[in-house]
Amino acid sequence: MSAAHRAWLAAVSIAPIGAIASPAHDALRAAGPQAAHIADLWWLTLGVCAFVFVAVLAALAWALWRTPRSDAGTPADAAPAPAAEKRIGRRVTVAVTISSVLLIGLLIASVMTDRALAHLSLDDALHVQVTAHQWWWTVTYDDRQPERIFTTANELYVPVGRPVLVTLHSDDVIHSFWVPSLHGKKDLIPGRVATIQFRADQPGEYLGECAEFCGLQHAFMAFDVVALAPAQFEAWADAHRKPAAEPEDAAARRGRDLFLSGSCMLCHAIQGTSANAHKAPDLTHFASRARIGAGRLPNTPANLAAWIADPQKIKPGVNMPAHLIPGDDLGALVAYLGTLR
Amino acid sequence: MSVRGEVLRDGPGWDSPEAKALERTWRDKPGLVAWLSTVDHKRLGLRFIVTALCFFGAAGVLGGLMRHQLWKPDNTLLGPDFYNQVFTMHGTTMMFLFAVPVMQGIAVYLVPLMIGTRNTAFPRMTACAYWIYLIGGLTLFAGFAVNTGADAGWFAYVPLAGPEYGIGKRADFWNVLVNFTEAMGLMVAVDIATVILKMRAPGMSLRRMPLFVWASLVTAFMIIFAMPTVMLGANLVQLDRMLGTHFFNPAEGGDVILWQHLFWFFGHPEVYFIFIPALGFISAIIPTFARRPMFGHDAIVLSLLATGFLSFGLWVHHMFATNVPELGKSFFTAMSFMIAIPSAVQIFCWIATLWTGRLNLRTPLLFVLGFFFILLVGGLTGIIVGSVPLDLQVHDTYFVVAHLHYVLIGGAIFPLFAAFYYWFPKITGRMLSERLGRWQFWLFFIGVNICFFPMHQLGLEGMPRRIYTYAAETGWGPLNMVSTLGQLIVDLSMLLFVLNVFLNFRHGERAADNPWGAPTLEWAMPSPPPPYNFVALPVVASREPLWSRATGGATHVSGLAAESREGLVTTVLDAVPDVRYSYPSPGIWPFIAALAVGFWLDWSIFSVQGALWGMIPPAIAFIGWFWPRKKETAEHLALEKRP
Amino acid sequence: MTKAMAIGVAGVIVLMSGCEREERDFDRTALRSNPRAQADGMADLQPGQPGRGMRPTASAGGYNPNSAYEVAQGKQWFRWYNCVGCHAQGGGAIGPALMDDKWIYGSTPDTIFATIVDGRPNGMPSFRGRIPEAQVWQLVAYVRSMSGLISPDVAPNRSDGMAGAPPEGRREPTRPDENKPK
Repeated sequence: MSAAHRAWLAAVSIAPIGAIASPAHDALRAAGPQAAHIADLWWLTLGVCAFVFVAVLAALAWALWRTPRSDAGTPADAAPAPAAEKRIGRRVTVAVTISSVLLIGLLIASVMTDRALAHLSLDDALHVQVTAHQWWWTVTYDDRQPERIFTTANELYVPVGRPVLVTLHSDDVIHSFWVPSLHGKKDLIPGRVATIQFRADQPGEYLGECAEFCGLQHAFMAFDVVALAPAQFEAWADAHRKPAAEPEDAAARRGRDLFLSGSCMLCHAIQGTSANAHKAPDLTHFASRARIGAGRLPNTPANLAAWIADPQKIKPGVNMPAHLIPGDDLGALVAYLGTLR
Repeated sequence: MSVRGEVLRDGPGWDSPEAKALERTWRDKPGLVAWLSTVDHKRLGLRFIVTALCFFGAAGVLGGLMRHQLWKPDNTLLGPDFYNQVFTMHGTTMMFLFAVPVMQGIAVYLVPLMIGTRNTAFPRMTACAYWIYLIGGLTLFAGFAVNTGADAGWFAYVPLAGPEYGIGKRADFWNVLVNFTEAMGLMVAVDIATVILKMRAPGMSLRRMPLFVWASLVTAFMIIFAMPTVMLGANLVQLDRMLGTHFFNPAEGGDVILWQHLFWFFGHPEVYFIFIPALGFISAIIPTFARRPMFGHDAIVLSLLATGFLSFGLWVHHMFATNVPELGKSFFTAMSFMIAIPSAVQIFCWIATLWTGRLNLRTPLLFVLGFFFILLVGGLTGIIVGSVPLDLQVHDTYFVVAHLHYVLIGGAIFPLFAAFYYWFPKITGRMLSERLGRWQFWLFFIGVNICFFPMHQLGLEGMPRRIYTYAAETGWGPLNMVSTLGQLIVDLSMLLFVLNVFLNFRHGERAADNPWGAPTLEWAMPSPPPPYNFVALPVVASREPLWSRATGGATHVSGLAAESREGLVTTVLDAVPDVRYSYPSPGIWPFIAALAVGFWLDWSIFSVQGALWGMIPPAIAFIGWFWPRKKETAEHLALEKRP
Repeated sequence: MTKAMAIGVAGVIVLMSGCEREERDFDRTALRSNPRAQADGMADLQPGQPGRGMRPTASAGGYNPNSAYEVAQGKQWFRWYNCVGCHAQGGGAIGPALMDDKWIYGSTPDTIFATIVDGRPNGMPSFRGRIPEAQVWQLVAYVRSMSGLISPDVAPNRSDGMAGAPPEGRREPTRPDENKPK
């Protein structure tokens, strides 16, 4: 049994037990104003719909209960009495009128919610560019000063209480950016630039997902949205602006040499080294991420080793190839990646 | 062939010499060639129905596979590539190969019987449409059998189904299937629309036309307006894939969203092609089992028309997550809400009819009651997904999967089973078992709710659609397991239905002409109907011809030829007799033309040359079909002369 | 009935040839690359040295001209690994054109594999240890499709970008001008 195989088995067996609890992903537990507006509309609409449902079924049940029975031989009443028809006609008219009024009310509520969503104040907004690829996310933090712009992948850290304006691009097919706890979704469509704005009002971790079928690994194209207090967010951002630190120990240095002399640097970038390709996630601060493989697995050395050895076993069809690496080399690579905080 | 001066004519009496002559004229000969050549609308309708039910079974198995893959997290029953094919085939088969054809097939069978005529207007076109449908469906499944099943979703969005990301021939099979099924749909729709407008029994003015016939008419016109759009879109994608055009390539001036507009402009009315005939079933069944005419008949007609029109104004509600202008989206919310009003009118009229009638609680009515419950849930969640802000949360999640299955199962499948139990005696001459019917109903009702209700919650908890599996820590496992249990119960109910049909269609209790005591014309003939439907075409004086006493005046048409396939064309509004019409006789050309069209379209999957030169066989086949025949022309001319 | 069955069987056989085209083998474990191969400090791509790069490398049998997925992946790598940087979209720039019938070192899959893995003089770098072998074979299939040497069923269609050349599946097959390796 190869080292990689052992590592994979270990990862799979401990993953459910030692797994990080999933970030919040309930659309009705809003952590920001956008999702809160939508949740309010949801409860109103649900209430109205429940009322209509019960009322209509009650009418049907009443009809079932109190009408006399018949069989196929019972003569049909071909010409019902006009007075009775008029009476029932009035009730139908009332029912239709009430339904229409309720519908118009819901329409007004829907449009008002739409307006509320569009009127999120964007003062002092954080500007982020998100590009979706098959099956991962590039996240670039914009800034007026170019040297403060930095890029990460599969994670979106935001400061609590500050609006975030995300500009959405797609590199290949249609994807959809969705963080249920914070807002509804917006599609990322090649050839079009869309935007979405939201604000996190509570610190925490929220699950972001791709919500438009985009191919083989649509199921596992998640990103972590982490809302931090503003000071902590600035600290995180400053750390991410720095390039990768020089590795301390020999194993990590050997890992870096392997990274740069092998196939890794053909797709990945690590700021501060000569690896500067943009076809795969930026790994400069990879060790600070909670999960790997676009949210597929917790970021532990065992999982990382299994992932590098054969990503196809974990996410069949993904663009990263399998690598035949001897065990100690794999350990060195994992050690190096672990230094990239 | 008529003897000069002494044409044998039809008239009342099921055992009369005229009836025997009509039998000789209209009955199909035995043998394979005659079977392929039939123009009997009843046989054609049954073909559509049986084939569609086979596709329903196949798509149901695929749905079951999906549920078995999803019942627990990180399941490895199906890998992502095969799962993508399975869910695409499930949706495509259900929507294109089952739901629309079965409704069209029932219309082809029932409409001539209900309006008092002998056949549909263009039976050879409908025959050709059936073979085109069958060949198209087999093509798609042949692809699936060799790992070339469509895998980009039943809606095949570009760029995923486009030339760069739709690798291999899978998306080509899907695009060509659309050509097959939409050609079929258009041909049958034209036939239905024509027979309804021009061949109703004398006296059956539009105001006296049964509600199922109205539903079929509205559906036929909707199909004529909507289906060309998706054919166009699919062919544009094929041009992009095969020729390298740039319709959907933003880098060269195309637009990815164009496909979504073209598809959903068809796609939204498409669900109404399925829903409106089902509303027609309900409107046919309720009066029979309430022993009174439908309350608000005119209101229901207007509601059907309104639904038909409004359904063309909703399509952008499938695109609320894109960046089309926000104000425009609100317009489509308003329209989506507005279409609920005619549906509400119909529901209230039905309840009023039940309220003021006397109920015969047999299996067809049970399924109607199930329809009310399930459709109501689906329709109300439709209000939720029709609102832009709410849709932004639930779009492309299992909430929508729940909604669509509630409206399709509640709004179409329950009425479909009601229709099966209702008209099975007429079609086969045997009754289905009430007991098995009740068991089937309850298992189906309970199973559907257990399977699909939890999906609402899964969607709100963030579970997206079209994922082949999910991680355990999402917490989606338990509800998925419940849902799969429900699916098993649904499977059981389907087995009961198959058993019921199998046991009873040859050996069940014999059915009388009118076992339910129903009011419409199809119950005025033996079960099963003779090939010529009516010995003498009826004259209609009321909405419920079999419930009204004769009021004097003509009751039957007499004078149509019995030794030639002759029918009566009447005027559109008031059904006043207009001209005599010679129906097409059986022929093999429609089958040959369908084979030629199938050859052409199948070749075009693989080759641009095929798309071009493959047109030659269909051209030859259609010329052969339409070429006038001396013998037929002479017969028609002889009949045109005054007797 | 037997005639119908015969036609059916023939049809099935014809269709079965579609099997290979749609194969997607995500787990070609036999062909993993070893990044250690050049771990002796060379971080830059080197143009092939004369002599060493001329020997065809033994092919591990990974060439698959029948799988549309493999060829499409090859097309993706052609852009990702910046082959377009020297070869443009097949018309050539500082590197030779790849969509014509002139093959300096040969057009067989083995020689193209060697070209990519070992490099060639005058600028073609050696990608050994950089691009995994399975991906090199996918590139080989794609490069052959650029001059129409792959069946049109299997060859890629147009890409979703600016149109630089006709889609590979619509190119006339060229007759490779086989020069012997020098």
